Amino acid sequence: MKIAVLTKAIPKLKSLKIDSSKKWIDDSNIQYIMNEHDTYALEEAVLIKEKLKDNSEVFAITMGPMNRSKQIMQEALAKGADKGLIIKNDFKITDPLAFAKIFSEKIKDEKFDLILCGLASYDLGSGQTSVLIGELLGMTTATFAIETNVINKKIKIKKELESGFSQWIEMSLPASISIQSGLNNPRYVSIKNIVQAKDKEVIIKNVDKEIVTMQGFTKFYVPVNEKKTEFIEGELDAVTNKIIRILKEDLKLI
Amino acid sequence: MILVVLENQRGIIHDFSLQAIVAGQQFANEYNCPLNILCLGENADNLKNQASKYECDSIIIAEHNLIKEYTSDGFSKALSDVIQDKKPQFTIMGHSYMARDFLPRVSVKQDIPFISDLTSVNFQNEKIVFSKQVFNAKFLTNIELDPNVKSAILSFQSSAFSKDKLIFGTPKNIEKFNLSLDKEDIRIVSQEPFKETSSDVDLSSSEFIVTVGRGIESEDNLPIMEKFVDAIGADLGSSRPVVDMGILPKSRLVGSSGHTVAPNLYLAVGLSGAIQHVVAMKGSEKIMAINTDRDAPIFEVADYAVIGDLFDIIPELTRKISED
Repeated sequence: MKIAVLTKAIPKLKSLKIDSSKKWIDDSNIQYIMNEHDTYALEEAVLIKEKLKDNSEVFAITMGPMNRSKQIMQEALAKGADKGLIIKNDFKITDPLAFAKIFSEKIKDEKFDLILCGLASYDLGSGQTSVLIGELLGMTTATFAIETNVINKKIKIKKELESGFSQWIEMSLPASISIQSGLNNPRYVSIKNIVQAKDKEVIIKNVDKEIVTMQGFTKFYVPVNEKKTEFIEGELDAVTNKIIRILKEDLKLI
Repeated sequence: MILVVLENQRGIIHDFSLQAIVAGQQFANEYNCPLNILCLGENADNLKNQASKYECDSIIIAEHNLIKEYTSDGFSKALSDVIQDKKPQFTIMGHSYMARDFLPRVSVKQDIPFISDLTSVNFQNEKIVFSKQVFNAKFLTNIELDPNVKSAILSFQSSAFSKDKLIFGTPKNIEKFNLSLDKEDIRIVSQEPFKETSSDVDLSSSEFIVTVGRGIESEDNLPIMEKFVDAIGADLGSSRPVVDMGILPKSRLVGSSGHTVAPNLYLAVGLSGAIQHVVAMKGSEKIMAINTDRDAPIFEVADYAVIGDLFDIIPELTRKISED
């Protein structure tokens, strides 16, 4: 089986600032990491491959500027992906459908049986990519998978629903599925894995022209905190006395 | 025309759908155009009866044997057919798990934009400006549509519209929509939803919740929190990472797939405030948070921000309250 894992380099969320265009964050001098949700998708893909014990292959795929894409690709290869595909793109695309169209166009010839990705990205967070790509490529789709089981050209998925409910569904392959975090324990990488990753094949494709978009981000701003937040800090004795006074006198809870 | 799609939640209209009706009523008023409410598939007739008390122009019932139970295959095809025929300017749903599961497919089928998880909308003369949280709610961004877009799908985050603003009335018209679906369209078989664990506590009706986050570090430290909640008489809740690490059961989860809560006091301990968590608890009467990181997003929604280490503060609070 050919399994693809879509992964994204996202900025470390601490100390981000808006840039002068007010349409993006200031991305000079920030660190990029693999989107946390995607680490579970990658681990799930590797687990599926290990369970099948056939000649299945896991492809890690990422789209974005070269440096950060290379960095997370090495991480994905060290964590068990067999091959990599970097779709080099320097355009800032904030239309999920336009993004998915480019992505599907670049991967359609690979004819994947299964595409996994994280539930959403922590940066833009539209949570649409896996479903859009699945539909664009004529695959079945599912979201919020918390357990997967591939049997004979089909996949059984336990989905998380709202209010603590779950549900089993069974779909034909090819399928594109978004993975809920926490369903497995992403593995740690050994030095040996990191060294071996350097020898794995990485294909590079280019996005050379900007695609037509139907929606886009027009202005970033910092949310106004409507609440008056009272900060409490200092000596332990004073802080705890203050908390108890609030609980007792202001809120009458104890 | 504005189209609101209702979602069935175990026999009743999903709360997010009621908020979506409020959105639909405001859009229809703003654009001076009709509002249609769509009851799709499972339990459609029952949903129609419940929706009949809200002001709208038409309730559309779209039923078919093949969408008696929800599948993303069936629902995306059905909604796409309705949009094809009715040509709504905006199709609106709450940003529920179901919306996230099938609306992107409708966006592809119709080649129209889907703007998801919106927090608000601003009508400015000829222009409409949406807003959405990005970078884990650190920032908001405005989103605009290309002027050539004739139809778009929108999903609104919980509480973007308050159901207190629902306008009551009677639909002028009830319409049946004929769906044509083939067996081949449905490639997904779904089984009955079930509850994983029987829950020992109902956080959604709790008045005082103390929730513990990643800061608890390991299961060995849990007794610190248990002694504390016993001493102050609160219910213990959990953030997603703490459930994922197996420290607390899923029945304690606040946030994605867990409970939406609104107690008198929500005390968040060692919890940074991931967006899916904050969405589920920001409706609490008062919020107190204890965290070592002054920049933790949880402080943005807190009334009281305590900067400090839970391993110092919680045992000290327990001791003082117990001695009282």
